[in-house]
Amino acid sequence: MAADTDAALSSGFRLLDAAASTQASRTDAIFLAMLLLCGTVALVLLVLVVFFVLKYRRGHAVDRTPPREMKSIEIAWTVTPLLVFFGVFGWAARDYITLADPPADALPVSVVAKQWMWKLQHRNGRREINELHVPLGEPVLLTMTSQDVIHSLFVPAFRLKQDVVPGRYTRLWFTATQLGEFPLFCSEYCGSEHSGMTGRVVVMSPSDYGRWLASGPAAPSMAQYGFALFRQLGCSGCHEARSTVHAPLLDGLYGRTVHLQDGRSLVADATYLRDSILVPARDVVAGFAPVMPSFAGQVTEEDLQALIAYIQSTSARDATP
Amino acid sequence: MTTDTLPASYLDDGLTLRSWLATTDHKRIAILYALAITAFFFVGGAAATIIRMELATPAGDLVSNDGYNKLFTAHGVIMVWLFLIPSIPSVLGNFLLPLMLGARDLAFPRLNLLSWYLYVAGGLITLEALLLGGVDTGWTFYTPYSTMFSNTYVVLTLVGVFVTGFSSILTGLNFIVTIHTLRAPAMGWFKLPLFAWAMYATSLILVLATPVLAITTLLVCAERLFQIGIFDPAFGGDPLLFQHLFWFYSHPAVYIMVLPAMGVVSEIIPCFARRPVFGYDSMAYAILAIASVGFLVWGHHMFVSGQSLAASMTFSLLSFIVAIPSAIKVFNWTATLYKGSIRLDAPMLYALGFVGLFTIGGLTGLFLASLALDVHLTDTYFVVAHFHYIMVGGTVMAYFGGLHFWWPKATGRMYPEVWARIAAVLVFVGFNLTFFPQFILGMEGMPRRYHAYPPQFQVLNLLSSAGAGVLAIGYLMPLVYFAWSLARGKAAGANPFGAKGLEWQARSPPPTHNFDAPPVVPAKVYDYHADEPEAEPVP
Repeated sequence: MAADTDAALSSGFRLLDAAASTQASRTDAIFLAMLLLCGTVALVLLVLVVFFVLKYRRGHAVDRTPPREMKSIEIAWTVTPLLVFFGVFGWAARDYITLADPPADALPVSVVAKQWMWKLQHRNGRREINELHVPLGEPVLLTMTSQDVIHSLFVPAFRLKQDVVPGRYTRLWFTATQLGEFPLFCSEYCGSEHSGMTGRVVVMSPSDYGRWLASGPAAPSMAQYGFALFRQLGCSGCHEARSTVHAPLLDGLYGRTVHLQDGRSLVADATYLRDSILVPARDVVAGFAPVMPSFAGQVTEEDLQALIAYIQSTSARDATP
Repeated sequence: MTTDTLPASYLDDGLTLRSWLATTDHKRIAILYALAITAFFFVGGAAATIIRMELATPAGDLVSNDGYNKLFTAHGVIMVWLFLIPSIPSVLGNFLLPLMLGARDLAFPRLNLLSWYLYVAGGLITLEALLLGGVDTGWTFYTPYSTMFSNTYVVLTLVGVFVTGFSSILTGLNFIVTIHTLRAPAMGWFKLPLFAWAMYATSLILVLATPVLAITTLLVCAERLFQIGIFDPAFGGDPLLFQHLFWFYSHPAVYIMVLPAMGVVSEIIPCFARRPVFGYDSMAYAILAIASVGFLVWGHHMFVSGQSLAASMTFSLLSFIVAIPSAIKVFNWTATLYKGSIRLDAPMLYALGFVGLFTIGGLTGLFLASLALDVHLTDTYFVVAHFHYIMVGGTVMAYFGGLHFWWPKATGRMYPEVWARIAAVLVFVGFNLTFFPQFILGMEGMPRRYHAYPPQFQVLNLLSSAGAGVLAIGYLMPLVYFAWSLARGKAAGANPFGAKGLEWQARSPPPTHNFDAPPVVPAKVYDYHADEPEAEPVP
């Protein structure tokens, strides 16, 4: 009987009506466990306090022989919570580690936040504002930055949020598990219209999503636009094989390990590429002179993401000959 | 011995304004602090009242969005720096610490007066910023919003915070030296009342953490005024650096607020349960553990900020560990009631209220320390509810409990017991009605600092606003009956509650030099006996 009730309770438990991502039910499970654990502790303490206050109230005849010191009980109520805490820590940390590790095949979407608007772009070039269309059941990876202050993308139905920070890329990935529309909030205070910086996530069936994606106004894909910028800004003048300037080739660079002049090495991710465009002197590749000028102020956040998408696309070409 | 032959009490020892404003008596300085922080408490409370009125409906219709942002910033800045941080240390600590140690005053009485003037100066600068038009960054001053985007009085407010910080540092220094050097000869470290231990640990945090806040405010001003790139990536800075610096101070600041509250409660519960505090040694060590581990958990405010996975894991684990000494304290307070002889006077109601609300605040802190769960809950009303349970349910409850407990000592008059009990119950009920719904709002995903909100959140917000009304009445009542008690309250006698601390060996109100005869340090601290007849009040 009790076991049945428990099972029904946990299977039916939802923090909110909408639990629309693979993480949502996992977060709800941790929440439920914490609620039962902490609720029990709080209840036991409440009952004890009330019981003691009633039983040992002044004037009530009752045995008040002082109890002897009991170190054992103090040790017990120190060590027991510590062990329980380690368990909870490990459980919640495991899910957090998953959140930090997006699947390689996740559908990429670029996000630029600004006061007080979300600008999103899909790989085929389709843009949207304050709305995010995603397919059901497929992992989606948001690569996000801000062009002014810190914002935070929060989708309660997914139980997920991630700060969006100027000057760097942060990532958030999820797999939607429920069709429908879900509110999207900015959850990091960002100024006058902070509470108006909201939108919605629209989860569609993969085929509907495909149609939606193709139905937008004709636009170059992010990689095509990035390639056009690559020419227009003069990047190709140095970074192409036939160039006379001694500059590193960028084909297939994304995701590779890069060795730097000062002996460090790092993986060429989006943040590295962004920094190399804006602050080229920071991470100079071994064997090359620091001759590249900074493009800070000449490219928008959207341009940067397109350039990175182009460089990424050259890796994809290598992978599928 | 008749009272005629004794020197005047500290209240009667000089009646001019000058005798108050130039006093170096720790008791008079405590009264000056009490008046100043009470004024700021009601200013901060007024801001909260307008906030709750605005949030009664989903539309942002009572004040403008900028007005709302300035209100929650004013509420946070005033309540944190001008009320909570100075509250128990500067009022009760100032008044009681020398008395509890058997000393005539703090180690540096003139420095103590300087602390008060710095506090008032910082407070007035902050108030000036509010009157000129306010500041809209939130009390957290996150960059680059605060440095490059806000068009409000950021620098002036930060100057106010900076100056107030020095008041904290000087008070902390004064307390540390006092506890080391001015204890009565027979008072060893493990005969110190836990209130004194709490003041000691709090002072260490004040001295070690506040300078980091001072540096951080200067860096924000440098970037804002001179475009020196420190935090804004547009100038090559790092916005997360600010968060690290800010929380390195502001997380320990939570313990600056709550450790003194724990100290107060540890005095009240043994007295009204007539039992020695359970596990005195572990209580003292727990205070020190909270103060030291509390310096190592700041990154739990940043689990979704983009800090590294390794940092988040470390800060999460340490945050669970810092909960252990707090748990020990709650268990020990509860165990102190066992086999006691319990009376529910107003101070005890506040103290027991503290234990309950602090427990809920602490347990919900564990939700937020859990990494994946924090991803959902952080920056929502769950966090708002959590820290109000600690700071209002914890610190303010204990402060009010302490005010009632030591009111007879400070004024020589009793407060009206019935009214005080009614107020205590109103505060408890109003508090829970205000803040419990906010846990649910946070679970449901309502972000904090929202001027307008989706209509599905209205019912809970309305409950919360109604609770705030009850809470306000509970807070205003003592203002009235304390004032009444000054004129009409019955004379208290030296020790109306039969308490065992050294401060109760002095007259009520004490003479300027505290003790007419050297106080006798009892063989044991908290030497209460539930089975002995209640100690007769000493006239």
